[in-house]
Amino acid sequence: MIWEKLASYVTGYAFVRYALVVGVLIALCAALLGVPLVLKRFSFIGDGLSHVAFGAMAISAVLDQIFKNTSLGDFLHTVGEMPLVLLVTTGCAVLLLRTGQNAKIKGDAAVAMISVGALAVGYLLMNLFSTSANVSGDVCSTLFGATSILTLTGWEVWLCVVLSLAVVAIFVLFYHKIFAVTFDENFARATGLRAGAYNLLIAVVTAVIIVLAMNLVGSLLISALVIFPALSAMRIFKSFLSVTVFAAALSVLCALAGIALAIVYGTPVGSTIVAVDIVAFGACTLAGTVWGAVRD
Amino acid sequence: MAQLICRDLTLGYDGRPLVQGLNFQVNAGDFLCIIGENGSGKSTLMRTLLRLQAPVSGAIEWGDGLHPDEIGYLPQQTPIQRDFPASVWEIILSGCQSRCGLRPFYTKEEKALALENAEKMDITPLLRRCYRELSGGQQQRVLLARALCATRKLLLLDEPVSGLDMKVTAEMYQLIRRLHRGGTTVIMISHDVAAVRYADHILHMGDTVFFGTRDAYLKSDAGKLLTGGEGGAAL
Repeated sequence: MIWEKLASYVTGYAFVRYALVVGVLIALCAALLGVPLVLKRFSFIGDGLSHVAFGAMAISAVLDQIFKNTSLGDFLHTVGEMPLVLLVTTGCAVLLLRTGQNAKIKGDAAVAMISVGALAVGYLLMNLFSTSANVSGDVCSTLFGATSILTLTGWEVWLCVVLSLAVVAIFVLFYHKIFAVTFDENFARATGLRAGAYNLLIAVVTAVIIVLAMNLVGSLLISALVIFPALSAMRIFKSFLSVTVFAAALSVLCALAGIALAIVYGTPVGSTIVAVDIVAFGACTLAGTVWGAVRD
Repeated sequence: MAQLICRDLTLGYDGRPLVQGLNFQVNAGDFLCIIGENGSGKSTLMRTLLRLQAPVSGAIEWGDGLHPDEIGYLPQQTPIQRDFPASVWEIILSGCQSRCGLRPFYTKEEKALALENAEKMDITPLLRRCYRELSGGQQQRVLLARALCATRKLLLLDEPVSGLDMKVTAEMYQLIRRLHRGGTTVIMISHDVAAVRYADHILHMGDTVFFGTRDAYLKSDAGKLLTGGEGGAAL
């Protein structure tokens, strides 16, 4: 019954297929990057950067409003908000991850500061230059993704596909270096690995994933995509490779299940995926505990 | 032949000097032990030698064909590593990273080298085990095997026995001594007085800086203070 309904949606509507493709790819990328981010104690960077992206979206909406009916306004309208959001978010990611240990304001404080700051400024701007009658509706849909994954255009899907594949390729090619830098940054630096450059790479890729993921789950729930698969995998597996592979597989499964459930039952896509991730985390914790007890 | 010469080295943070006028030299095959109280600048010296920070002034010269990237470094454990999901094999292999350059994957030779160093440390049965589940002594062996993958010539050990019990400490010193006899230069930082016994040169940091052979050190004021004025009889 449910399967038939789902099958008819998938074959009948292009937007459902788009949502599945984009959802799976983003979930895959987020889980891959999630493993080093969680281990580097940067679990909250997803949260912080997504709020930055929210602020950047507000700024771009305001710019759109101010320059309406000018040639600059037309230009902004054609390229969309993506480039500006990507630029600002990447900038903040670099700032947060690069300064790392030597910063005057330490990691978690810096993330928290930028996170709430961007959220506040974004909401303020949206209120001051409101573009529609329903500001709180707009804010809510940006924060929780609401339905945006179901309204993707063909062009946005292609952009997502290309960027996601690039992220996966980068991750595979630099896998051993990411491991070295994550496990022991000082050793990696001392043996001539350019740890700064790889931290920068991780920061940029993280920013790209977060901007992409805003379409899927909205800015409040992105952290879930980044941390849940990694944490679930760490309950059961004990090597970096197995954790990474399992996190990626689990994340893809959860995204598929979440999108399917959301479409069939008409629930919000983002929060459904995260709910499935939470259930999976519970199951993995249980499995890890049982397995550990059996082995001992 | 000198592998490492430090001339008039001033160390510190943000241009503020912590240690001044440091002069010493390490030849191939030496065993240098760096001792001193907490806060005497041992760790700062280590970080400077590893090029993790720049000296305030003075020069560090590398000789005998030793490239600064080829130092085998045994760091102290970081909090991140305590719950890091990594197998012993993955960690040892990561010591070969400096040989890789931009090449994304390890070669057969590098894997063979990692295996050889695991054998040297007697940890081949542990290769598939998870690092965080090992005992402190086993973890040190894993990190030592990784350091050996990065070098053949010079090992830099940062407090290699801190947190280990007496028996494991003795085993660790035996292991280090064996590597030294095999021709590897060793620089060891320690606040463990017993470490002096294994070294042939001593660098004492603190209010007075001493550098020289171990015998000279034991006769010096700083050394007498350390050994309770026994002139090294205890050692």
